[in-house]
Order: sequence, then C-alpha cells, then structure tokens
Amino acid sequence: MLSKGEKIANGFIVFFLLLLCFSMLYPFWNCVVIAFNEGLDTVLGGITFWPRKFTLENMKFVLQDPRILHAFGITVARTVAGTFLSIVVTSVMAFGLSRPELKYRNKYMTLALITMYFSGGMIPTYILIRDLGLRDTFWVYIIPGALNVWNMIIFRSFFSGIPKELVEAAMIDGANWYDIFLRIIVPVSLPVFATLALFTAVGQWNSWFDATLYVSNPNLMPIQNILNTILNSSTMREMMSKLPGSAANAMKSSQVTSRSISLATMLVATVPVLAIYPFVQRYFVSGVMLGSLKE
Amino acid sequence: MMSDSGKTDTFAPANRRYQFFSQFQLQSMVLPGLAFLAIFSYVPMWGILMSFQNYKIAKGFWGSEWVWFENFRQFFASPDFGVIMTNTLAISAFRLLICFPAPILLALMFNEVRHVGLKRSIQTITYLPYFVSWVVVAGMVFSLFSGQDGAINALLMWAGIIKTPINFLNDGKNFWPILIGANLWKDIGFSAIIYIAAITGINPEYYEAAEIDGAGKLAKIIYITLPSIAPQIFVLLILAISGILNAGFEDIYLLTSNLKNGIMLPYAQVLDTHVFTMGIQSMRYSYATAVGLFKSVISVVLLVLANQASRKVTGSSLW
Repeated sequence: MLSKGEKIANGFIVFFLLLLCFSMLYPFWNCVVIAFNEGLDTVLGGITFWPRKFTLENMKFVLQDPRILHAFGITVARTVAGTFLSIVVTSVMAFGLSRPELKYRNKYMTLALITMYFSGGMIPTYILIRDLGLRDTFWVYIIPGALNVWNMIIFRSFFSGIPKELVEAAMIDGANWYDIFLRIIVPVSLPVFATLALFTAVGQWNSWFDATLYVSNPNLMPIQNILNTILNSSTMREMMSKLPGSAANAMKSSQVTSRSISLATMLVATVPVLAIYPFVQRYFVSGVMLGSLKE
Repeated sequence: MMSDSGKTDTFAPANRRYQFFSQFQLQSMVLPGLAFLAIFSYVPMWGILMSFQNYKIAKGFWGSEWVWFENFRQFFASPDFGVIMTNTLAISAFRLLICFPAPILLALMFNEVRHVGLKRSIQTITYLPYFVSWVVVAGMVFSLFSGQDGAINALLMWAGIIKTPINFLNDGKNFWPILIGANLWKDIGFSAIIYIAAITGINPEYYEAAEIDGAGKLAKIIYITLPSIAPQIFVLLILAISGILNAGFEDIYLLTSNLKNGIMLPYAQVLDTHVFTMGIQSMRYSYATAVGLFKSVISVVLLVLANQASRKVTGSSLW
C-alpha cells in the first residue's frame, strides 16, 4: 500500500526520469533535424523539432565528399584491425595468466597491474612513438593499445571460472595449450569475447586523439578528426567551394552551409554506433557487471 | 582424491620433456602481451626521467643535459601556475560534487520505477550518450548553444523565458557549467549501472522486514539501500579523489575548439592541457613531462591517503 505522499513522490520521480530521457534524446534529434534542413534556412534560427525546409542536399554532400568517405574507411579499418589485434593479444595473455602452472605468474600479474595506476604520460609516450617510427603510419592506431590490461583482467577472471574438468579432459586426450585455448576456452567464453570486442570497437570508432597527436598525413585521418576539422574551420566555405561536381552546385545554390555540413557529418560518424547499440546493449551491461566483480 | 593414484597425474605428466613444452607453450602465450607492456607502458615510465633533464631531440635521452628540478621550479614560478591550479581544482571540485553523486541519485530514482518496460526504456536511453564520441558531443554543444541559431535559444524564447538570444558560447564564465553539463549528459546513465546492479542484488527480505516495522520509502533508502551500496560508493569515491587533478582533457580540448577559443581558455587551462600545449605544441618536452609528473605524484599520494582513510573509517578499500 502506498500512502498519498509516496504516490506523489513516485509520480515526481517518473516525471523527472522522463524529462531526463528527453534531454538525452533531444540533442540527437536536433542534430537529425538540422542535417535535413536547408543550410541557409537553419541560420535564421528557430529549428527545434522539425525541419522547416526539408532537403537531402547536406547528406548528399557528405556522402559524396571523397575526403569524408575516405576517413570513414580509415575508421572502419582501424576499428576492425584494432579490435581484432587487441582481443587476440589480450585474451591469449589472459589465458596464460589464468593457468596456475604458468611459472612467474604472480610476477607477470603484478607487472600488468602496476600499469593500471602508473603511466609515463603524454610526452614520454609521444617521444617513444616518434622514436619507434610509428608516427604518420596506420599502425599507430592499433599497436600501442593492443594489450588492454583492464580487459585482460576481465578475461582472466572469466577463464579462471571455467570448470577445470573441461581442461583436464582435453589434456588427457593429449591436447596442447593452443588447442585447449582455441577449441575449449574460446567456444565457452563467447559472451565475454563479444562484450569486450564491442567495447574495444566503440573505443576505436570514437578515438581521435591518437591521430591528433601522431598523424599529420590527411589521408590517414579517421572520421572523428575530419569532423573536428569541419567543426572548427571558419574557412569551410572556401574549402568546399573548391570541390567539383554536385557539391559545388549545392554550394552555389546556397542550400549547404558549413553548419549543416558539420551536423550531417556528425550523423554519419555516430549512426553506425547507434545502429548496433540496441542489439548489443545487453552485452554492454553484462560487460560492466564483469568489470564490477573485480572492484 | 582418486583411488587409483597411478592415473591422477595423467594431466600433469612427470615426463620432463612434456612439462618443458607445456611450460614453453604457456610462456609463449603471455609473451606478446608482456612485450606490449614493456614497450608501451614501461619504456614511457622510464622516460619520465627526462623531466629532470633539458631534453633535446637531437641529443637524445643519453646526451641531454641534466637540470634536476629546474623544470619544476619554472612551472611553480610561471604566471600560468596559479590560473592552471585554480581551474584544475575548481573543475575537479564540481566533478566531485555534481558528477559523482548524480549517478547514485539516478540509480535510487530508477529503483522506484515499478513498470518493467518503462524501466528498460529509461535505462537504454540514458546509456546512449556514453557511446558517442567527444568530438560529436562537442559538435552538439556548439550547435545547441549557438547564440544565433541554436535550439536552446529557440526553445527558451518560445517558452517566453528570454526575449533576445543569449550567446552562451561567447562568455568564459559559461565554460564550467557547459563542461560539467556535457560530462553529466554523457556519463550519468553509464555510471549508474554499477549502482543499479548493486541495488538489484539487495535481498528483498530486508525491505519487507522494514515495512513491517513501518518504515517509509525514505527510511528504506537511508537505512537499507544506501548502506548496501556503500562499498561501491566508497571504492569509486577513492578513485575520484585520487583523480582530483584529472580535470579532463578530451572534453576540455574539444569544447575550447582545440584549445583555440580565447574567450574560454582563461577558464579552461588545466594541468593536462598545459602538458599538451607546452609539450606537443611548444616542444618543451622536459618541462611538460615535469608538469605531468607533478600531477601523477599528487594523484598517487591522494590515492594512498584516500584508500587508507576509507579502510579505517568504512572498511572498504582498493587494496
């Protein structure tokens, strides 16, 4: 039985949470609305919930711009390659460290844990990357972060919880450690692989600072960096007017402005993450749970 | 355990060669990971030593001159020091006072929603911003708060709260609220997960017993829910306190238009942005490393102190 006061409190809480949800969704919606509104009309202000002069020109412009498409490709490539490498290196090491037979196991573990609290910081890392010759290469996106200690600990605690009878049975059959990892451990750990791969992939998709620090070659820039350039370029108009074809035509008819382009690019950079989000949400949540077990 | 002891060691054969290969295989599995650790984590740690040098690229680490504490002295004596420390501590204080408790509050409110479908929808929606990049979030802020054609101004004018548009992004005093607001928007839902999980794990019998004793909603929150999630709160509080000099970097860098917005900068310069400007842009590598080291040392000291205090007072600690 709820008292009258509690009913009012409940109503207030639900109202507040709905308001919160609105404030979470509205920035996305406003982004969509502006991306589909005529650029020159947007500048007049007042675009809130619905496009006033609907147009596909902004999206057309973004999806036809070779630099944006190329950057999109770079982002896809770094996400696929970076996630794959990181998951392989991290899970294989975690499996080794989950085995009590491994000599120096505790020493290795301590070495890994120390790096969660201490790091060399931005400048020594920058000097190292430069000395290794990784600057202005695609490798700088995937190699330095290949081992993720946090994920390694989650993998390790999951592997340690696998019933040991499974491993022992395989050893009696003469399987070696590589076989055991690939044929027994990986198949029973697919949910944790999926979770951590998804987190890693989102991190790769969204990262931009490594490119800012280490890369100056415009052909290697990920989509986030191109977006950052568009957001901050006051000379966008001049830049765009040099473009050939329909883009230049769109500029001439003045339906496209740098503001509407930046919003359309934001959509292109975000939609892939948002599109898979509903399907993988349960994995994300279970991933946080796995992490919290170790805290 | 097994009665026929002859077969117990089948999976750990006494065969030396087998053991050697078995160990060799296991070692080969951890080796790549260890190599990545050694190169990308430990070499830079060793590189911190250059904060005591006057590091020159041409001379390298071994050839550069040792100046010991000169870089630190310069930093403490520089006119930027006061501004940077003020901004760093102020932004961190706001994070601690607003961004830290907000997810706890959200989890408590969330727990009061009885309708399962509604609960799931709210959860899905509030996590969403966490998966959006900071570049996009900064773009949204610029767009929404634009003085000329931003939606916030349009909505405020429509509601009759203001008569003429406000140029939010043209006033340095607005930087802290914008920064904290953007952080709150992005992280509140995701940070709440851990508390929501802890609350879900509370034995419902506690609440039933409390109801029999006549406890109201608020009493149940204060005497059951909060004490039950206290361990999570304290662990995260320890980490938050040790990170007090981490005022943020990505968010500040992007919200000040790559540190180029002169109106915001006086309120936005923090330790991490100083490291970037001095180290990467001005190429004063040793000086910037010294600033970074200053920050790390204080963080470690705070971590140890907060951990110690929490263990004494509450019994929860990181180690």
